[in-house]
Amino acid sequence: MKKLILTTAALALTAGMAMADTVRMGTEGAYPPYNFINDKGEVDGFERELGDELCKRAGLTCEWVKNDWDSIIPNLVSGNYDTIIAGMSITDERDEVIDFTQNYIPPTASSYVAASDGADLSGIVAAQTATIQAGYIAESGATLVEFATPEETIAAVRNGEADAVFADRDYLVPIVEESGGELMFVGDDVPLGGGVGMGLRESDGELRGKFDAAITSMKEDGTLNAMIKKWFGEDAAVYE
Amino acid sequence: MFSYCTDPDTLDTVRWFSCFLTNGVHLSFYMSFLKVLVLLLVTAPVALAVGFAGAMATRATLPPLRWLGEGYIAIMRGVPDIAFFLFFVIALDQAFEWTRHQILCPDWTDPIRQGNDFLVCPDAKLPLGRAAEWVHQTYSFFLAVVTFAIVFGAFAANVLRGGMRAVPHAQLETAAAYGMSRRQTFWRILVPQMWIYALPGLSNLWLILIKATPLLFLLGIEDIVYWAREIGGTKTSKFTDYPHGDWRMWYFLFLLVFYLSFTRISEILLERLTVRLSHGQATTGGEALRKEAAA
Repeated sequence: MKKLILTTAALALTAGMAMADTVRMGTEGAYPPYNFINDKGEVDGFERELGDELCKRAGLTCEWVKNDWDSIIPNLVSGNYDTIIAGMSITDERDEVIDFTQNYIPPTASSYVAASDGADLSGIVAAQTATIQAGYIAESGATLVEFATPEETIAAVRNGEADAVFADRDYLVPIVEESGGELMFVGDDVPLGGGVGMGLRESDGELRGKFDAAITSMKEDGTLNAMIKKWFGEDAAVYE
Repeated sequence: MFSYCTDPDTLDTVRWFSCFLTNGVHLSFYMSFLKVLVLLLVTAPVALAVGFAGAMATRATLPPLRWLGEGYIAIMRGVPDIAFFLFFVIALDQAFEWTRHQILCPDWTDPIRQGNDFLVCPDAKLPLGRAAEWVHQTYSFFLAVVTFAIVFGAFAANVLRGGMRAVPHAQLETAAAYGMSRRQTFWRILVPQMWIYALPGLSNLWLILIKATPLLFLLGIEDIVYWAREIGGTKTSKFTDYPHGDWRMWYFLFLLVFYLSFTRISEILLERLTVRLSHGQATTGGEALRKEAAA
């Protein structure tokens, strides 16, 4: 009898542990307002708040993991974490390697920022490695200089190494605002990509279904739009 | 940290910095120094042991063992560190998981490789998906130690091989004349004497190892360079209580001081070790010590 009770207890325990399987959310932590490290040293930002809400709605326990942008896809497919939620635009090239949920940010504009109005946009332009912006510059005819982090692309413009930086407008807005006139938007905005979505392994269809459903429910009750406005400002593009 | 830190905007410079330098990210930054030091202290003896085994293998009488030792040294010394760190760690991790998968989930029918994906059963994952974050951190730390030990072990093996060859042959012949076996000669005569010859090469390796720690971030470990870059980067007031411009230069300057003082301390300690090991050796250093003692 004692043995039986012990076995049941052990079974209940293992079942409980299996239920509590955590979903590991991979992010970069260097791309405010999408994701960044706050003063406490935790992952924070729009995607932190969104990801936590999605996990709540999907009934999942989630844990946040930081990973370098350069190796963010290889580490997903080899199983070091289960999702990429790092301001990653949905593109055909990436879709061949991983799967995306529906977008949780509608397609947004990318912009040029330079230190002067007359900057030569067909000159040297800085962009982060392996981003849609870097791909766009490479094809635009300008000379592309790539950097591993967004921070370095801005620094390249400040110290004159590049004529302009090309990045998501949402990332650039707070930087331009606080530069005290040193940096400014130049040229026209360029719409790029299919919006921002969560990346998952192609074999992880079930998890993708759960997140897709959670994103749909957030789109329907308006919480997603409210969250976008909170982090990206009143003028940000939202869902109809 | 301090009670007055709730609204940093109102503080004077000294207080502002006292709050800024003790906030959460800075504590992580300070912790990462400890992490790097622990990694060095763990890696160095492991790499030395791997190197010693490698050097022994190259001296083995059994040809396959000798080829193994020589092949290991040749391959590891030839592959660039950064390529090795990007490729090998993922391969090592997958090898562990594949082995566990074969043992723990014999009934699993789905293929492990599906296109780009590497999928083992949940029980075979390392660490387990449900494991706490510190387990994941420890595991990647362990992978880092193994990787560093294998890379630096190859260089150490070559240095030790040179050290073994440098021991005067007369010493070994004398041992044989006294009737010592090959094994006894190796452990009692060769090994105690070879360190003095290997030390300059090993000290080089140690200094290179100290400077190689920024490779850690490739393995997902947040080392001092990662935090210096992260904290030093421009912060706008929207996302932090402590906005500042691009301060990376100051943080990197601090790292420069850290690395320089660390290598300087290492040099002093290695110098002392050289003197110690020179005692009674048939080298110029040993000869100088003998004369000093006689005079």
